[in-house]
Amino acid sequence: MTKITFIQPDGESQTVEAENGLTVMEAAKLNDIPGIEAECGGACACATCHVYVDEGWRDKVGKASDMEEDMLDFAFDVREGSRLSCQIKVSDALDGLVVRVPAKQF
Amino acid sequence: MTEMNAVVAAAQETTGPIETDAVIIGAGPCGLFAVFELGLLDIKAHVVDILDRPGGQCAELYPEKPIYDVPALPIVTGQELTERLMEQIKPFAPVFHFSERIDSLRKEGDGRFRLVTDAGTEFIAKVVVVAAGGGSFTPKRPPLNGIEDYEGKSVFYSVRKIESMRGKDIVIVGGGDSALDWTLNLAPVAKSLTLIHRRDEFRAAPHSVEKMRKMVEETTVRLMIGQVTALEGANGQLTGVDVKTSSGTERIACSAMLPFFGLTMKLGPVADWGLNLHENLIVVDTERFETNEHGIFAIGDINSYPGKLKLILSGFHEAALMAQAAHKIVYPDKKLLFQYTTSSSSLQKKLGVK
Repeated sequence: MTKITFIQPDGESQTVEAENGLTVMEAAKLNDIPGIEAECGGACACATCHVYVDEGWRDKVGKASDMEEDMLDFAFDVREGSRLSCQIKVSDALDGLVVRVPAKQF
Repeated sequence: MTEMNAVVAAAQETTGPIETDAVIIGAGPCGLFAVFELGLLDIKAHVVDILDRPGGQCAELYPEKPIYDVPALPIVTGQELTERLMEQIKPFAPVFHFSERIDSLRKEGDGRFRLVTDAGTEFIAKVVVVAAGGGSFTPKRPPLNGIEDYEGKSVFYSVRKIESMRGKDIVIVGGGDSALDWTLNLAPVAKSLTLIHRRDEFRAAPHSVEKMRKMVEETTVRLMIGQVTALEGANGQLTGVDVKTSSGTERIACSAMLPFFGLTMKLGPVADWGLNLHENLIVVDTERFETNEHGIFAIGDINSYPGKLKLILSGFHEAALMAQAAHKIVYPDKKLLFQYTTSSSSLQKKLGVK
């Protein structure tokens, strides 16, 4: 199991255990993390599972694909470290991952 | 592209209500298959959809994504499923009304239903099938404080008349086809036009991007790489927007803004038709998939009943049972004989295979 921490805009944080192979979005939904809507169910088609990957984790998590970058055009307040959590696969390498939930999804 | 079609639709003249057996609201997979099931029972249908093409979520959200759980099709994309359904329902010649949304639905004195679209098209139908999925696709509203106050007055998600934008200082936000098409179309009439996008790459068709870049070179269009963070104005009239760029925040004076951030699904007018809802879904029985209003059915993702699964295959089943019940309303005096397409010569004749 891989630990992932979600930090809300107000600073509140929740650490969950996720099975490898799931996506970070699925881990969030399974644990009822507020602010991750995932309207399209993980098809990279809506940009409502937008997260900011914490600075120290960006290299390990990697960059968004072209399709994901296109979809990030539909997200609000895109920053360095912006990713769609449905496109991040949970693995041992991400144990301890910290992501921040944006103040608003669309 | 949706906006472009809206312009065309608005220009079409409507002449009196269209009388038909059934109006199907939604041209997603369930709405399309409903045409088939109703067609086998001689029930003619008109289909209305807010999108400019058939397919619903299959077309809008995941045309390229493979679907693995449609019976007998081990793998099929949303696009292909839509095309196959369109082929399957061809013998029944449904009439499609794209880029239109049913805004009002009410019962007439004779028990039929009167439906009116946002473009003014009117229908009189014996039965109504709501197959609206997650609701109607509506433009995403940027979560900017106070934006609601400006909508329809100086913030627009579509433009019906280009002339209405003449002489304005326009800000367009986005990097897709809608943003680029409107940049190209409105630049000639605008007093000034600023295109704002979060990155210097555009999803829009390359030839539109090329044209836009040329306009930027000629200074007819200003391109800003950044994101809108706040609106400024009063009484619905926008006077400026704050744009966060890599070099800080800049205030841009403007009198109109067009944000293009894609579409989201909203239940929309369906909520106002007096149908019983449960968590924003339409409550139906599982024998007829009928709502609390006799003659109005709901199938697919938009309905709710114990054990409901939002699967395309479940929606197909719902369409078949709905059609049986609809037959009783459309042909109250006709006894319905259950038949198979494999053996019934009358069904085969309807399908045009005999």
